[in-house]
Amino acid sequence: MALTQHDIDREVTELQDAYDKARAGGAPAAHHPPRDYAPYRSSALRHPKQPLVAVHGDPETVELSGPAFGTTDVTALDNDLTKQHHGEPLGERITVSGRLLDGRGRPVRGQLVEVWQANASGRYAHQRDDHPAPLDPNFTGVGRVLTGDDGSYSFTTIKPGAYPWRNHANAWRPAHIHFSLFGDAFTQRLVTQMYFPNDPLFPYDPILRSVTDESARQRLIATYDHDLSQPEFSLGYRWDIVLDGPSATWIEEGR
Amino acid sequence: MSEQSLMETNGTLPPTPSHTVGPFYGYALPFPDGGEIAPAGHPDTITVHGYVYDGAGDPIPDALLEFWQAAPDGSLTGAPGSLRRDPVTGGYYGRNGVDFTGFGRVPTDADGHYAVRTLPPGGAPYLSVCVFARGLLHHLFTRAYLDEPAGDTLLSGLEPARRETLLARAEADKHRTYRFDIHLQGDKETVFLAFD
Repeated sequence: MALTQHDIDREVTELQDAYDKARAGGAPAAHHPPRDYAPYRSSALRHPKQPLVAVHGDPETVELSGPAFGTTDVTALDNDLTKQHHGEPLGERITVSGRLLDGRGRPVRGQLVEVWQANASGRYAHQRDDHPAPLDPNFTGVGRVLTGDDGSYSFTTIKPGAYPWRNHANAWRPAHIHFSLFGDAFTQRLVTQMYFPNDPLFPYDPILRSVTDESARQRLIATYDHDLSQPEFSLGYRWDIVLDGPSATWIEEGR
Repeated sequence: MSEQSLMETNGTLPPTPSHTVGPFYGYALPFPDGGEIAPAGHPDTITVHGYVYDGAGDPIPDALLEFWQAAPDGSLTGAPGSLRRDPVTGGYYGRNGVDFTGFGRVPTDADGHYAVRTLPPGGAPYLSVCVFARGLLHHLFTRAYLDEPAGDTLLSGLEPARRETLLARAEADKHRTYRFDIHLQGDKETVFLAFD
């Protein structure tokens, strides 16, 4: 029998209560989702059961450096997802801007930010997304940009739609944009999703709820910023991103 | 949220949480020369390939692997140009065939198989591997060791069966080819790493 939203809600609530209780008892905050999160059914066979093995890095540790990207890796139009076809895509045009920072608040400069998303109807330009919402011939939904000297990035796109998925019966993902981010070290690598404020689907989504820490969940939600909105053109959202993990620079500075 | 509202009293920022790469990254992240890390036609080129498996032993057809490594001279600076793009069409140009960027990215195919062609790293003899997949809420790091160096503190601290999961094995019947499988779960579960 297919799982219902009610079944998933019950599991999500149990895990949320367990986390909140642990926190009240003095446990540290969990900034990332656990890899073993039963309400997200696909995680069941795809998480390790052995603990991670700690590597105490030195400046020669390969993962404390990371790949470099440059002007040849992007074109000037790559951060405008509305200009990849002959016509204008359908939907609500938005600007998404923010800064990429390391854990000490320092800008991550000249690094690659990649995004992908569904179209305004909630359909991905991907063969495996075959739910009955229209494709948009003027929207693919892929972009990339290099961060500026202040760690800033900006994309012009359209607001993606919510879409159904098969985790359980009547499962819907809140609207989101996928982000892929590089830091100065490979350890700082991050793939995540940005959400839009006040989405009514938040409580029902086991992927967002896999982040059990409430303040951490809030860090995945962009802020509407009227100063970023452009007259007669687009609505503005601000989303700053903070990378985890050490880098060789930190070790050389004595941490 | 803005960074001002995030700064904690000890001067650090709490990180943005990870999320799964999901099932639909395929038109966004992979690129045609993603696995061709070695400059074109380089005689020292090696192939590293294998399968990614889940806890039931089934191959994972929608994993994405990234590789980062030292250059043959041991340098860790990398070089731009892995994703080099065509400014005329906006499509991929491909790598320039000369520079060694140290970075590769390959999706698994329908059989859960991947392959990269690269040059042996100088210094520590391993490729760093970062694993993404639908169903994996937070990426995983591991290492593909091409050799078992004496005094490697990671390898020497592991039980033999666990250590074995980090060793890419030369395949006698293939030219300069190493096999490195990744098991996300199960009896052969790969050793995954945390950095502090």
